[in-house]
Amino acid sequence: MAGTDHAPPPFFKRGPAPLALLTFYIAISLALFVVDLRLRSLDLLRQSIALVTDPVQRAAQTPGSLVDHAGGYLRGLHDLLDENARLKQAQLQLAPNLLRLEHLEGENERLRKLLAVTEREKANGAVARIMYTARDPFSRRIIIDKGQQSGIVAGQPAIDEAGVVGQVTRVFPFSAEVTLITDKDQTVPVQVVRSGQRSVVFGLGSGQLELRYIPANADIKEGDLLVTSGLDGVYLPGFPVARVVSIERENSYAFARIRCVPVAAVENFGEVLVLSPRQPQPPAPPESPGRTGNTGAPSKAAAK
Amino acid sequence: MQPTFSSSRILLPVRPWFIIFSLFAALLLNFLPTAHWPGVPDWVALVLCFWSIREPRRVGMGWAFILGLAMDVADGAVLGQHCFAYVLLAYVTAAQARRILWFPLAQQALQVLPMLVGCQLIQLLMRMLTGAEFPGWGYLTGPLIATLLWIPVTFLLLLPQYQPVERDENRPL
Repeated sequence: MAGTDHAPPPFFKRGPAPLALLTFYIAISLALFVVDLRLRSLDLLRQSIALVTDPVQRAAQTPGSLVDHAGGYLRGLHDLLDENARLKQAQLQLAPNLLRLEHLEGENERLRKLLAVTEREKANGAVARIMYTARDPFSRRIIIDKGQQSGIVAGQPAIDEAGVVGQVTRVFPFSAEVTLITDKDQTVPVQVVRSGQRSVVFGLGSGQLELRYIPANADIKEGDLLVTSGLDGVYLPGFPVARVVSIERENSYAFARIRCVPVAAVENFGEVLVLSPRQPQPPAPPESPGRTGNTGAPSKAAAK
Repeated sequence: MQPTFSSSRILLPVRPWFIIFSLFAALLLNFLPTAHWPGVPDWVALVLCFWSIREPRRVGMGWAFILGLAMDVADGAVLGQHCFAYVLLAYVTAAQARRILWFPLAQQALQVLPMLVGCQLIQLLMRMLTGAEFPGWGYLTGPLIATLLWIPVTFLLLLPQYQPVERDENRPL
């Protein structure tokens, strides 16, 4: 310890001054915040931390799921028999359509070939169970139980039996995060079934959706069904997304305010089908200067 | 009347593993699927605040930062959101630790309330300024419940440090 005579004895050593530490940590936190929010390039850091927190989080979910299981076990044979009968009936009702589907698809393919139109893509996917909703109260996301190990990649759409639920936004080794279509500013390019009008539907964050950029005099009514238009290269065309519930037309605005509710059970627990990514589309032709595309704005993840 | 240092008995020294255990337990409590119930407190903030007041030399901004990172990833929040709030919380509580400990427990709880509310408000501000939706006023009721829990939490976390009460005629303390 020669030469350190002027240093304070270790008895008083307290490390760096609190204010210096505070500045240091705050600087790191703010840097993380900005980089994560604007550049979204911290996925590796997130994944490695998730490797530690994920097992703990799964362990914390077990009491709840045990209660669920016990509830299901105690629900009784009678209910299950009822449900079984109902499902059989539903299947029978759908049978004519399903039986003809294969035939129709074959016919469609042949006709498309005759017309020299490119073939329709088929929808394949993996069924995933919803584990829990993400804890973050500022956004609407769910966590599903399939991840990198099952070949899930960011950008894949997720649907349930009624329609589009959301889009995979982050992938972890054993789980993935799906951003619901009702999340604020989550976008889905859609088409009105009745009139064929194309637009983009935005999440409002309140469980509702808003159809934007539709002129006030456009042909749209309450109850109209919106399906995916498929122009984005992410969602296959034709999946139901939402139903129009209210339309406000004001003279002061060029566009109508159109509120919609999702068709799928977006905010409920259950199972979702994660559709496999679409085949890459041919590159868009160069845009002519006089014309601006008013349809098919790419959704958030597609732009990434 | 001058306040007395009535809030503390003579305690055994704290065991470091118990601090780590309690912080881990708080993290586990936070991971329970209760996030969307109004009024569920942020357990990590509460326990962190407690240790930062009791043992500011052992639990400080380093722990706050690491726990914040874990919370950010588990929540699916923006990285750095909880880190920022927890680090600030740890700093403020450590700076006020000596003063707060002077008060009886009920008044300590009142002093802790603005710090916990501040912790939530900072996160609210950070997210709202960057365009997230407003989660509802239920988000701010967590710290109120946490304040009510201050007395039981103090009792629970100090339990391993209490000495058996033995009365001795010759030793007044």
